[in-house]
Amino acid sequence: MNRISSYLVVAGVLVAAACTLGERKMTVAPELIDAALKGGWAASTPEWLARHTQDETMRLCTQYNNEPPKAVAATIEASARASIKYPADGKLIGDWRQGERLAQSGYGMRFTDYPARNPTGGNCYACHQLSEAEVSYGTLGPSLLGYGKIKDFTAEAIKATYEKIYNSHAVLPCSNMPRLGANGVLTPEQIRDAVALLMSRDSPVNK
Amino acid sequence: MYHGPTKKCGLVRGRDAAGEGGWDMSRSRFWTVMCAALVSAPLALAQDATEAALEKYRRMLKDDPWSNPGLLDADRGEELWKTKLTACDLGKGPGKVEGAFAELPRFFADADRVMDAETRILWCLEKTGFNVAAFLRSPHPAGGQPVKEVGAIATYVASKSSGMKFAAPTAHPKEKEAVALGDALFNRRAGPFDFSCTTCHASDGARIRLQGLPLLIEPAAARKVIGEWPGYRVSNAHVMTMQHRLLDCYWQMRQDRLVFGSDASVALTSYLVANAKGGEISAPSIKR
Repeated sequence: MNRISSYLVVAGVLVAAACTLGERKMTVAPELIDAALKGGWAASTPEWLARHTQDETMRLCTQYNNEPPKAVAATIEASARASIKYPADGKLIGDWRQGERLAQSGYGMRFTDYPARNPTGGNCYACHQLSEAEVSYGTLGPSLLGYGKIKDFTAEAIKATYEKIYNSHAVLPCSNMPRLGANGVLTPEQIRDAVALLMSRDSPVNK
Repeated sequence: MYHGPTKKCGLVRGRDAAGEGGWDMSRSRFWTVMCAALVSAPLALAQDATEAALEKYRRMLKDDPWSNPGLLDADRGEELWKTKLTACDLGKGPGKVEGAFAELPRFFADADRVMDAETRILWCLEKTGFNVAAFLRSPHPAGGQPVKEVGAIATYVASKSSGMKFAAPTAHPKEKEAVALGDALFNRRAGPFDFSCTTCHASDGARIRLQGLPLLIEPAAARKVIGEWPGYRVSNAHVMTMQHRLLDCYWQMRQDRLVFGSDASVALTSYLVANAKGGEISAPSIKR
């Protein structure tokens, strides 16, 4: 077998592996899930009840096991893109020190966090490596160490970073990353502080 | 500065260096294997050193099994069982505790539903005049407080299956249904963070901060950890039961309080125990 055909075999195996993922087989009636949800969570107020209601994006991502087919992915991506709002003054880069603070903070929106005593954090370090100094970082997301340097600090990259944080599904449909802006976790002003942490030359991320 | 597997894998996948979420869960399992095969040393070594230090801490906790404060709660639970619940049928006959936990959750005809150990214990206590409504208002201990009565009894019951293997029955249609429902709930994304259980528990070897995350969708990993509950949680200074652990997950997921003993809570346990089938029970264990 020549080299090209062995590449083809490898490619075939990869495609086959990818195709084993895909739509969830629903072995449970939707009514049963609804009943379980109704009795399963305290849902003491309409706001809490709403947290268990999936929007179209979450419904589709769950249905397709986070592997949406192309057409579905395009719909999700388009609606995510349409959701993005920018700060009123158009400035997409804020204060990296504030960004570091919110990257460290996991406070907010948990059922013990009401009434809120602190601003809601972005909890970035839970999943990402960001600076050399912070050794307690998670690995569910990619390392973002040196992110701005890698992106050459360009204006396009700054905008793309803002958009990714605001609604990750605009970049990768069915991403595991929370839609921090679109879901109202962080304000546009907080998001630009997070952008500053990633994209400022003097940020510890780019040291 | 070393970018290691993340960067290399990003390139392998035709994505840019910092990934743009290229490590998203369902994809990552496949790519983790690919990357592990393709990428070697530096970052892996750094992670190994961290992991080794964490493992040493875990080993120190387990070195002297009699130092586990959870055993005191198992003793307290035994007293409570013997004074209140000698008529309680955990599935192996009234008053029989030995090996019962290994076969839970199961369908109980008298209650016409599937129940896990804690739900069944509460059901039995209710027959003795126990104030269930008051209990449900605060079923779990605050940090530093001892586990409540139901949890103490559950700790005792689980300890009487220690060394045995999970073998929950799945012949009854309601038992099958509970496992399937648990699977659906485990994968269901909701809440302001869009999390499902699989957001954290479908990725092999990943961490939140420094805390390793078990790959609970895979039997090999589920068998190792599900049998450790109820366990004494050092960071909380009390025994934490599975019902409490699940509630804690939903707290982190920014979703609502999971109702103790609800069909949803039992289904999630049924699903996890089904994945852990054949895994050894080591409760009460001692946890970080």
